[in-house]
Amino acid sequence: MNEFVSRIRERNMKKLVIDPVTRVEGHGKVTIIMDDQGRVDRTRLHIVEFRGFERFIQGRPYWEAPVVVQRLCGICPVSHHLAAAKAMDLVVGVGPEELSPTAEKMRRLMHYGQMLQSHALHFFHLCSPDLLFGFDSPVLKRNVLAVAQEFPEIAKQGIFMRRFGQEIIRATAGKKIHGTGAIPGGINKHLETADRDAFRKDIEQMIEWAAAAVGLVKQVHGKNPTYFDNFGSFPSNHLSLVGKDGALDFYHGTLRAIDDQGHKIIDQVDYTDYLRHIGEEVRSWSYMKFPFLRKLGKKLGWYRVGPLARLNTCDFIPSPLAQKEFEQFRAYTNGKPNNFTLHYHWARMIEMLHSAEVIKQLLADKDLTAGELLRRGKKRGEGVGVVEAPRGTLIHHYKVNENDQIKMCNLIVSTTHNNEPMNQAVARVAGQYLDRQQITEGLLNHIEVGIRAYDPCLSCATHALGQMPLQVELENSRGEVIQRAERGSGA
Amino acid sequence: MSDKIKFLMEGKECTGKPGQSILQAADDNGVYIPRLCYHPDLKPGGSCRVCTVNVNGRNMAACTTPVADGMVILNETEELRDLRRALVEMLFIEGNHYCPFCEKSGNCELQALAYRLKIMAPRFPYMFPERKLDATHPAIFIDGNRCIQCGRCVRAAEEVDHKPILGFIGRGVAMRIKAGSSKGLAGVEIGPEDACVKVCPVGSIIVRETAYRTPIGKRTYDHQPIGSDIEARAPES
Repeated sequence: MNEFVSRIRERNMKKLVIDPVTRVEGHGKVTIIMDDQGRVDRTRLHIVEFRGFERFIQGRPYWEAPVVVQRLCGICPVSHHLAAAKAMDLVVGVGPEELSPTAEKMRRLMHYGQMLQSHALHFFHLCSPDLLFGFDSPVLKRNVLAVAQEFPEIAKQGIFMRRFGQEIIRATAGKKIHGTGAIPGGINKHLETADRDAFRKDIEQMIEWAAAAVGLVKQVHGKNPTYFDNFGSFPSNHLSLVGKDGALDFYHGTLRAIDDQGHKIIDQVDYTDYLRHIGEEVRSWSYMKFPFLRKLGKKLGWYRVGPLARLNTCDFIPSPLAQKEFEQFRAYTNGKPNNFTLHYHWARMIEMLHSAEVIKQLLADKDLTAGELLRRGKKRGEGVGVVEAPRGTLIHHYKVNENDQIKMCNLIVSTTHNNEPMNQAVARVAGQYLDRQQITEGLLNHIEVGIRAYDPCLSCATHALGQMPLQVELENSRGEVIQRAERGSGA
Repeated sequence: MSDKIKFLMEGKECTGKPGQSILQAADDNGVYIPRLCYHPDLKPGGSCRVCTVNVNGRNMAACTTPVADGMVILNETEELRDLRRALVEMLFIEGNHYCPFCEKSGNCELQALAYRLKIMAPRFPYMFPERKLDATHPAIFIDGNRCIQCGRCVRAAEEVDHKPILGFIGRGVAMRIKAGSSKGLAGVEIGPEDACVKVCPVGSIIVRETAYRTPIGKRTYDHQPIGSDIEARAPES
């Protein structure tokens, strides 16, 4: 029996469990411990899945990594596909600036298509029921079918935008899920002109709908700004890639982290050097690690990633409509970082708009339909690839032996970065809404709303094997521990 | 002796040439008999038995049985279909075949045959054997996980490349393909142009750094099932 459980028993506390957390990708659970006065004593978001990609990729040829490791996820496999491909570009001696224009632009198109579909999926399918019906609306109503019934136009736009993004992925990677487009040193195909023309026909509509989605978030916010702003909010650091010129860039850039006041903690960090700046802590009660900025240490160094963090760290958005929205977003907090948890939705929709605009720009580019696909340089034994996945910064790191076999793999996935923030959000929401309350299902959904804002992908985040602490306890009928087995829980 | 052999295939009158196997004669008549260890450039191996057909009431391997006058051959009975499925399923469970990320996917004869035979899942439990990779050669890679012991590479090395550099070790379920050198592939002369590399029906013998170059949609079996090219040879009736 661990200390957490024994405290519950000693102090006659009540344990609330939300299992599974719904409308997120993957499987997690929340425990909330309340004392006999109904006060929230402690909360935890547990990730209860267990996977093993970092271990079983060892020994496989390096060129398989972009295709194998993307199977961590069915929602944003393109991010893993591209992060691994970028790492393997380095292994075959092709730096990020040395890719052919066709390869770089095809990968960008694939990635921005993914960003569009993933953000649409999250906002329309997973979150719109909360935002449109209310966090404590009847549980039977909190699903996309009810949205389709009461707001058919919104549901339709969500489905069509997701389809558009998925089609972009198919056209660039070969399949909507788990394609093979990006290969070490480049890409394996051009964009077919028939696909390009079909996308061109629909892209204006996508931009219009994406702009309307930003408007919808603002409208929801406008109904009760104080409530929306305060819900599960807390100050934090923020981390993301930013383009060379400080622009929002999902595909490539350098690492920048800022504190809750906007002061830069790290900037222009070459991501191949990530280990010098980011550490990972292991805690015994979760399969998900806790990353932190080494400069600030484990206690203060945690940070948020994802849409909110990206719009806090970047200087501008390089597309006109999204930039206009970005200016409003930044003005709302007087140019300071935005630390409001639910503003993730706002930031996410601005990013969706930006993705649609970038896709439009790319579709006008002739490099997509012709040009050199692959390049080769001098091989090396190590590669790091980083992209901004829909849920935040995604790091892939591999070492390869002289026979082309992978001997080391380290993945720090977006949701893993957000582990501590999500726990913070759960604690805040529990403190705000559950303290000394009669607990209802609707109130418990508030906790999930706090987690959902991050769009966590728990299956992505629990990819590791080998260093995860596993704890097994055998209890007798009186709840006393009679045997305990534990495996390594160090940092 | 007549230069034409007449036989019945699925009730249809067909002709073959002396010296042809049933499988070769069937190919010429546009009838596809499923096969794995057979390759048109090599002598028949007769080891996989996937090409088993019913000849005058008896099951025989089509690749090693000469076609003869008056033969009555059945190729598409439910019994034969089930036998072939079972054989292919056994190949899947005996190795470690992860089609979703295998670089041969879409060009793999084993995978294509499984699709053609409509195999959804094997009826036998997976064995998850421990198989080795031979990554010692600068150009060629052998992934033992995907080998189906068809022996095509061994025969091609001897018959076409005229260098017996590959062979089998072990017996039965423990049989493995191996390069004939204590240093593994590194100790033999082998290259991407060798027939023994090209004839591998699965993703076991692979040329380094060529993986996933063919985009999805352009691979051999992306649009047509395996055997379609043979069926296209059928004379118009």
